[in-house]
Amino acid sequence: MLAPISHNLALTTIIRKRELPLPGEVIARLNQRVLASAVVAEAEFSHKHHLIDVARILDIKPKAAEKKIGDIRSGQHLSAGTVVATSGGLVPREIKVEQSGRVVAMGGGQILLDTSGKELALRAGISGEVTEIIPNRGVIIQEVGALIQGIWGNGRINSGTLHIIAEKPDHILEASQLDISIRSFVVLGGSCQDAETLKSAKDATVRGLILSSLNPSLLGLARKMPFPIIVTDAIGNEPMNETAHKIISTNNQRENVTVNAEAYHRYKGTRPEVIIPLPHADLPPTPREVESFASGQNVRLRRAPHAGATGTLVELPTTLKTLPNGLRVLAGRVKLKNGEQVFVPLVNLEVLG
Amino acid sequence: MASVIEGVSVLALDIGSATTRAMLFDVVDGRYRFIAIGQSPSTSHAPFNDISAGIGESIERLAEITGRKFIDDDQHIISSIQEDGSGVDAITASISTGETLRVVIAGLLSDVSLESAKNLAESTYARVVESISLNDPRKAEEQIDAILKANPDLIIIAGGTDDGAALSLKKNIETIGLATYLMPKDKRPAILYAGNQKMADEVRKTLEPLSSNLYTTSNIRPSISTEDLRPARKKIARAFVDVRKTQIPGVEELDMWAGGRMLPSVFAESRIIHLLSKLYGAEKALLSVNLGASAATFSVGIGDHLQTKVYPYLGMGTSISELLNYTSLENIARWLIVDASTQEIRNYIYTKALYPNSIPATKKDLQIEQALGREALRVAMEKTAKELPSDAPVLKKNLLPLFEVVLAGGSVLSNAPTFGQSLLILLDALQPAGVTTVILDKNNLLPALGTTADVNTLLPVQALETGAFVNLATVIAPVSSAKYGTSILKASLRRADGSVSTEEVKQGGFKVIPLRIGEAADLNLQPLKRADVGLGAGKKISTKVGGSALGIVLDGRGRPLDLTSDDIRRRELIKKWLWTLGG
Repeated sequence: MLAPISHNLALTTIIRKRELPLPGEVIARLNQRVLASAVVAEAEFSHKHHLIDVARILDIKPKAAEKKIGDIRSGQHLSAGTVVATSGGLVPREIKVEQSGRVVAMGGGQILLDTSGKELALRAGISGEVTEIIPNRGVIIQEVGALIQGIWGNGRINSGTLHIIAEKPDHILEASQLDISIRSFVVLGGSCQDAETLKSAKDATVRGLILSSLNPSLLGLARKMPFPIIVTDAIGNEPMNETAHKIISTNNQRENVTVNAEAYHRYKGTRPEVIIPLPHADLPPTPREVESFASGQNVRLRRAPHAGATGTLVELPTTLKTLPNGLRVLAGRVKLKNGEQVFVPLVNLEVLG
Repeated sequence: MASVIEGVSVLALDIGSATTRAMLFDVVDGRYRFIAIGQSPSTSHAPFNDISAGIGESIERLAEITGRKFIDDDQHIISSIQEDGSGVDAITASISTGETLRVVIAGLLSDVSLESAKNLAESTYARVVESISLNDPRKAEEQIDAILKANPDLIIIAGGTDDGAALSLKKNIETIGLATYLMPKDKRPAILYAGNQKMADEVRKTLEPLSSNLYTTSNIRPSISTEDLRPARKKIARAFVDVRKTQIPGVEELDMWAGGRMLPSVFAESRIIHLLSKLYGAEKALLSVNLGASAATFSVGIGDHLQTKVYPYLGMGTSISELLNYTSLENIARWLIVDASTQEIRNYIYTKALYPNSIPATKKDLQIEQALGREALRVAMEKTAKELPSDAPVLKKNLLPLFEVVLAGGSVLSNAPTFGQSLLILLDALQPAGVTTVILDKNNLLPALGTTADVNTLLPVQALETGAFVNLATVIAPVSSAKYGTSILKASLRRADGSVSTEEVKQGGFKVIPLRIGEAADLNLQPLKRADVGLGAGKKISTKVGGSALGIVLDGRGRPLDLTSDDIRRRELIKKWLWTLGG
């Protein structure tokens, strides 16, 4: 059976494609080293237009209106006050542009201007080297380091030096632990269960917050925070899986740690992730993206009664098994870190690798 | 018995958001039967982003179960029966996976053509994200900006009676054309035109150069008082599949396997309900409900009338957290017979949204899952009921129509550990009144049967008759205003062997008379205290009934069902009802 994978790797080669949703200009150069917050490509992304309906203003037919429009071309920038058409007669009437903009469409006696000129900036989202340019769309960036993928992110990106507050996986972060001394750090915080803690993190101007779990009532507030927040294990109150905690906590004070809290998207494949750049001699292997369940795999249990626990898959099912609640499912035997062996539905497992 | 029909074996593939199913139908003893099902987690999402892996694995499971080979050594489907028995004669396909379509609707009057466009959009896995009409006070450029911001997958244009005024409609078409022109070519939406037929050529001329997926169909509002969605439903079904082809690798190939006849699962389901409802006639309503991961879908058939609604925000997968916009944690908690705080329920909801394929592994989690299922179905049923035709047969105002048959599917129902649990979820949520046969689509076959109707019209009818579905119960739910504890119904069942069972139900009561599958019996219902079981207050009913997994269920709990607010008493009652149905 195909297995979902969550990457928790101490050293790997991370390759990420970053693309604009529409054609634009790639700013980054090949082989350039970029920080996560660097803009690598831009596009004009307008949702604000102004329509000049010459035919309607002059109360004439569209064909006639086209003849009244001056020498204006698609793509041309028009400043406010520019005359675009003039009526005939003894007292000619001038039609002027009200707001500056670029002509994006013309026809039928109408001129459509793009008045926003808003730039869409695509950020790198990962520190590393630009290894490929995708013309007019984006880049491919490569980094070597530790990779920890989360389950929830608040949509922001930043990087900074890593500071460990959660010395143990089951640590619960408190507001009092977030003072001026952690200013500009990326913080491994543990579980966050109250709004005051998030507000303290904001006041302390942290660059990022890595949490094991987050109380669901805080999701709205967390989305509004100006810094990236990543949840590694659960919406609720659960400890961090030991593998992730060990990788992050052993990299205390490491610099340029990226917290890309991009929202998890089932179809696009985006996941919130923490990337810790590490020195290396040779390129380590890239993470496996697709895997089938197999004995010996390191797995995480997604659901109660052992939600968040990790262990080793020691036996694959050959027949359906009846759970204590009566459901009949394919369940594998997992040896938990504490030595206990439990049967877990395969659909409730994910491979850590 | 010798085969009386031309044998065509059919492999039906259904690509759900959570599960991909490969189902085999073949001729046994001269009749079509459901043979077996192979299932696999779907792979339309990352990191696979291609439905092929899930299809391959589900077919592999089917091959293991049946001992029959469907894929050759080169990994190609064997598309005709070979001498060694491998392969199939025909392949059909249905799909519900993928992100809910973002739809912009445009019409003239908001309560006329725009309403019909909305009804059309909601007949598939779509969400209306923007609308444009004559009542819209925004300037044309603001409407253009709104369409661009909406980033639609599909635009539906309706409006104008046939041969009616066209000027305002033309303005809408121009606005949509301009907005489409401003979008990057690879992001342009499919466009479905279903308005004044006089404007169809103009629409083609204006929009064909802008959208590679332009569909025109007959007017969904041919007159102010008439809505006709039937031809447009077929077009939107095709548009849905075509959009999926551009979004999800593997869909195009599967559609080719299916001879270009792939359908949205909900469309395939509703096709069967339409077929059956025409057989049952206009006096009786049929209902199919499917509580899937991607959406809750409801189809109601009354004679030739078919109403299909898809509720993407009431699915049991990633959208489960949206359920809280339509009900409360307290409403969910009232169905539990174990202690669970609202915080625990909230945590459960968000965990389920993160891992839509996962299942409850503890008793408490299963109860929360089933409580969520009850609320999702209850909310969807309330919404569906509001839009039913005013002449639908009902026992009392504000109650559901008299559903002759309820066909139910979706993993919360089909995977429930006992049939009693499946039935109680349905009765609590839907609250049918009168006499209703409740059938469980244990293997979620309904979409498959809908797609096979294209290949062979006999197949769905015969497969339905030959035990592919589980007949859960015949439910008798009298409507009465009698006091709690007053006798409201006497039921007497005479079996073919002459044995007689009699039960009396009180207001608030809940009883079962067993009648095994394969048995038949005469059922006499004598309503008391002017209770109504379908023919009018106090009117007797005598009818023949077939056996079922749970038998004859006498549900005197009241319509609408009024759960007591006393936690202890309510839990005792729910336990008792469940125990009555066998646990």
